[in-house]
Amino acid sequence: MSSTAAVGTPSGLRLPRWAAPAGAAALIVAAYLVFRGTGTLPHDKEAPQFLAVTELREWIDEHRNDNPLFLYFLNYIRLFVGSLYDLFAGALTALGWPGLTGVLGGLAWLAGGRRVGLLAVAGVSAFGVLGLWQSSVDTLALVAVAVLLSLVIGVPIGVWAGRSERVRRAVTPVLDVMQIMPTFAYLAPLALFFHIGAPAGAIATMIYSIPPAIRITALAVSEVSPTAVEASASLGATRRQTLFKVVLPLARPTIALAVNQTIMMALSMVVIANLIAAPGLGGDIIRGLSRAQVGIMLPAGVAVVVMAIVLDRMTTALARRGPHTRPRRIDLAAAGALAVAGLALIPVLPRAWPESWTLDVTAEINAAVRWAETSWYPVTTFVKDQTSLLLLNPLESLLTSAPWWLVALTVLAVAWRVSGPRAALTALGCLLAIALLGTWEHAMQTMTTVALAVLVTLVIGLLLGVAAARSPRYSAVQRPLLDAAQTMPAFVYLLPALALFETTRFTAIFASVIYAVPPVVRLVEDGIRAVPAEVVEAAVSAGSTPGQLLWKVQLPMARRAILLAANQGIVMTLAMVVVGGLVGAGALGYDVVVGFSQRTDFGLGFVAGVATVLLGVMLDRITQGADRRPSPQRRKST
Amino acid sequence: MKIRLLAGLLALGMAAAGCGGATVESSPSASAGAPQGGSSSSAGTVKIAINPWVGYEASANVVAYLLKNELGYTVELPEIKEQLAWEGFENGSVDVIIENWGHPDLKKTFIEDKKVAVEAGSTGNKGVIGWYIPKWMADKYPDITDSKNLNKYADLFKTSESGDKGQLLFGDPSYVSNEDALIKNLKLNFKVVVGGSEAALIKGAQQAQEQQKPLLFYFWDPHWLFNKTQLVRVNLPAYTEGCDADPKKVACDYPEMDLDKIVSKKFADTGGKAYELVKNFHWTNEDQNAVANDMTNNGMTGEQAAKKWVEANTATWQAWIPK
Repeated sequence: MSSTAAVGTPSGLRLPRWAAPAGAAALIVAAYLVFRGTGTLPHDKEAPQFLAVTELREWIDEHRNDNPLFLYFLNYIRLFVGSLYDLFAGALTALGWPGLTGVLGGLAWLAGGRRVGLLAVAGVSAFGVLGLWQSSVDTLALVAVAVLLSLVIGVPIGVWAGRSERVRRAVTPVLDVMQIMPTFAYLAPLALFFHIGAPAGAIATMIYSIPPAIRITALAVSEVSPTAVEASASLGATRRQTLFKVVLPLARPTIALAVNQTIMMALSMVVIANLIAAPGLGGDIIRGLSRAQVGIMLPAGVAVVVMAIVLDRMTTALARRGPHTRPRRIDLAAAGALAVAGLALIPVLPRAWPESWTLDVTAEINAAVRWAETSWYPVTTFVKDQTSLLLLNPLESLLTSAPWWLVALTVLAVAWRVSGPRAALTALGCLLAIALLGTWEHAMQTMTTVALAVLVTLVIGLLLGVAAARSPRYSAVQRPLLDAAQTMPAFVYLLPALALFETTRFTAIFASVIYAVPPVVRLVEDGIRAVPAEVVEAAVSAGSTPGQLLWKVQLPMARRAILLAANQGIVMTLAMVVVGGLVGAGALGYDVVVGFSQRTDFGLGFVAGVATVLLGVMLDRITQGADRRPSPQRRKST
Repeated sequence: MKIRLLAGLLALGMAAAGCGGATVESSPSASAGAPQGGSSSSAGTVKIAINPWVGYEASANVVAYLLKNELGYTVELPEIKEQLAWEGFENGSVDVIIENWGHPDLKKTFIEDKKVAVEAGSTGNKGVIGWYIPKWMADKYPDITDSKNLNKYADLFKTSESGDKGQLLFGDPSYVSNEDALIKNLKLNFKVVVGGSEAALIKGAQQAQEQQKPLLFYFWDPHWLFNKTQLVRVNLPAYTEGCDADPKKVACDYPEMDLDKIVSKKFADTGGKAYELVKNFHWTNEDQNAVANDMTNNGMTGEQAAKKWVEANTATWQAWIPK
C-alpha cells in the first residue's frame, strides 16, 4: 500500500491523497440524507423464501421412511455412527475410573513424558472430583467418535488437496461455509436427516471439526520439500511408495497438529450438540442455564477446559517430537506401569467415582456470582446504557434506514479500495444475496453489533497483545487465561453477563468479545515479537523513547499481523452471533434460534443461518485485501 | 454394554440382510450409555425426555424415581428441547413427554397424521401463562395491574433496547406466544424485546425485584421462581372461549392450560405397568413447585428431591401404582 503514495501522477494538477475517499464519503453522506428511509427492506417473518424452505422440510420429513436415500444410505450412517458411539462409550465405561486414569495417564506419559503423564492423571481425576464422571466419559466418547471420523475422512481429502491445486480450490469454499455457518443453523437440518441422539450429535460435531483436519493436512503435504519427492521419484519409487514412505512421514508433525486442532474444535461443539440430545457435559451446562445457576455450569465448563488442556498437551507433545525419535526406555516402563496399575485396579475399586470424593462448590460459586452481580451492577448498567445510546442505536438506525442500494454501493467502494475489484465484487454479491433472501433488515442489525464487538475486541486485543509482547512474564500469566477463555463453553459466561448487562445487545457483545479476544491477542503479540531485534536496537540507540519505539517502529512493522487479527476477530465474532441471540441480541442470531425451536419457522432459521455465512464472507472479503488469507492453522489456534 | 453393542450390530446386520433398507425405528438406543451395564434383571427401559425447564424436570424425576424403585424399571432421561422431543417418538429415543403445554400443531402432526404418539391424560398441573411485574411495582402503582393503564406507565419500562416505547421482555422462542398481537390489538405503547432463553427471564425478574427496577415480562406458573421472588400478574382482558382462535386478532389473556402427558404409541401398547404409572400420575402445582424448588435452590439433585417428596407424600403416589 505504501508504494501508491510514491507513484503520484506527474502532471501539474495534483490532488491530495485523501481527496478521492473524502469526496466519495461526502457523496455517500449526501445521498443518505436525501434518500433516508426510502428503499429499505423491512423484515417479513413470513416471506415466501422462508415458507418454501419450511415446506421442503415437511416434505422430507414425510418421506423419511419411504425414500431410498434414507432407507439405503442415511439411516445406515446413523446406525453405524450409533454403534461406534456405543462401542466407545461401552469401552470407556467398562474401564471405570481406575482403568481410564491409568490408560490415559500411560498414553500421555508415552506422548510427552512425565509432566504430561501426571497432568493427564490429575485431569482425569478432576472429572471425578467435580462430580461429573459419567458426563465426562460420555463427552470423551462423543469426541472420540467425531475425531476418529473426521480423521478417517479428512486426512485422505487433505492429502489429495495438498497434492492437487484444483482439489484444494474446490474444497476451500466448502470448508469456509462449514466454519462460518452458525452451528445452531445446521442442528435442525441434521436432526431432520439423522434424528436426535448420540449419532446425530457425533455427526454434528464431526461437521464442525473436520475443516482443520483437511486444511492442515493439505498444508502439511504441500509443504513437504519438492526435492525429497523428486529424489524419491528418481530412485524409482512409485507414486504410492513416495506418498507412504516419503511425503507422509515428513508431513507427520504437521498432521499431528491437525489432530490437535480437530480435537479442540470437537470439544467446543459438544455443548451445542447436547441440544439435539447428545449426551455428556453439555447437558449439565444447559441444565445450569435453565436454572439460572452458574454453580452448576461452571464445573462442567471447567471439565471441558481440563479435557481440552490434557488432550492438547498430549497431541502437541506428539507433534513436536521428530519423526524418528522413539520414547526412552524408562518412559516406556513408567507408562506401562501406570496403565497396568490402572487396569489391575478395575476389579478392586468401584467403577463409578465414589461420591464421597467429590467436591460440591455449587452454592459457593452461586454466592460469589451473586455478590459480583449486585455490587458491580451500577457501573455495568452505566457502561451498557451509554454504549447503546452513543454507539449502538445511532449505528443501527443508520444502517436500517439507509436505502439498500446505498449500503451496497458503499460496501462496493470500500471493499474495492481496501481489497481490489475481485474481492469487492464477491462482497457485493453476498450483500445482494442477503437482500434476496429476505433477511436484509436483520442482517443490518447484526452487522451493527458485530461491528462494535470487533472494535472492542481490537482495542482490548491490541492493549493486551502489546503488553504481552513487552513483558514475557506477563505473557506467561496471561496465556492460561487465554486458553481458558477460548475453550470455556460460551454458555457458562452468559449468565453473569446477563446479570450484569440484562438482556440486551450489549450482553451479546460482551460474550463475543470474551470469545474473540484470545486469538487477537496472540496474533498481535506474535506480530510485535516478530519485529527484528536489530531494528528495535537501532531505534533505541537512535534515542527513541519506549512510546516512540511502539508507535513509530513496532506497530507499523506489525501492521500485517494486526490486520490479520482484525480479520480473525470478525470471524470469531460471527461465530457468536447465535449465542448472542439467546441473551437479547435479536436479529439473525435469534432467527436461527427460532428456526431451531419451532418447526413452523424452520425456513426462517435456515435462511438466517445462510445469511450469517454470507455476512461473514462479505466482511472477510472486505478486510482480506489488507492481508492475504490467514493460514489455516491460525483460523482457530489454541 | 456388550449386549447392547451386539444388539446394535445385529440390528445393522438384520437391516442389511434384506428387510428393504433401514428405517429409523430399527436404530439402536440413541441415548447415553447407562452406567454400569443395564443388567438383564430389570423390567425394561423407559425413556422420559427432559424438556429444559425445572418444573418439567421435577415431574420427570418423581415419575422416574417411582418407576425405578417401585416397579424396577431402568429409566433414561435424555435432555431434549420441546419440539425435538416429539420427533423422538418416531425413532424410539423418547417414550414419554411428562409435561406438555398445548402444542395443537404438534399433536396434529404426531398423533393424528403420523400416529406415533398418544395422549396419556392430565398431569393435574395448571399452566398459566401471563404478563408479570415485580411486586414492588404493584405496591407503588396500584392501578398498574390493569393492562388498560399500562400505557400510562410505558415510560417507566423504557430500556436501551426498546427505544421510545416500553419494553416487554419475552423468553425462549419455543414458548407459546401471542405477545406481538396483544400489543397491537390492545394498542399498547410497548415493544417486545426477545430475551432468547428462560435464563434471561429469571435473571431479569430477580434483578427487578431486588434492585427495584421496573420490568414487564412474559412468565408462567407453575415455576419455582414464585417461591423465591414476589411477582404480580398483570390482568389482560379476560379469556373467553375462542377469543384466541385467530392468532393475529388475539386481544385476550391466555387460557388456563391443563398440562398433559404424551407417550409414544409403542409405549402405550407395550409399556405395561410403566405406562399405567405414567397414565395415573396426577398432582398439583404446589407439589411440583416444592420439588422444583428443592432442585433449584436447595442444592438437591433431581433424584434426591424426588425421594424427599415421595417419602413425604406416600398417600398421593400410592394411588398411581398399578395393581
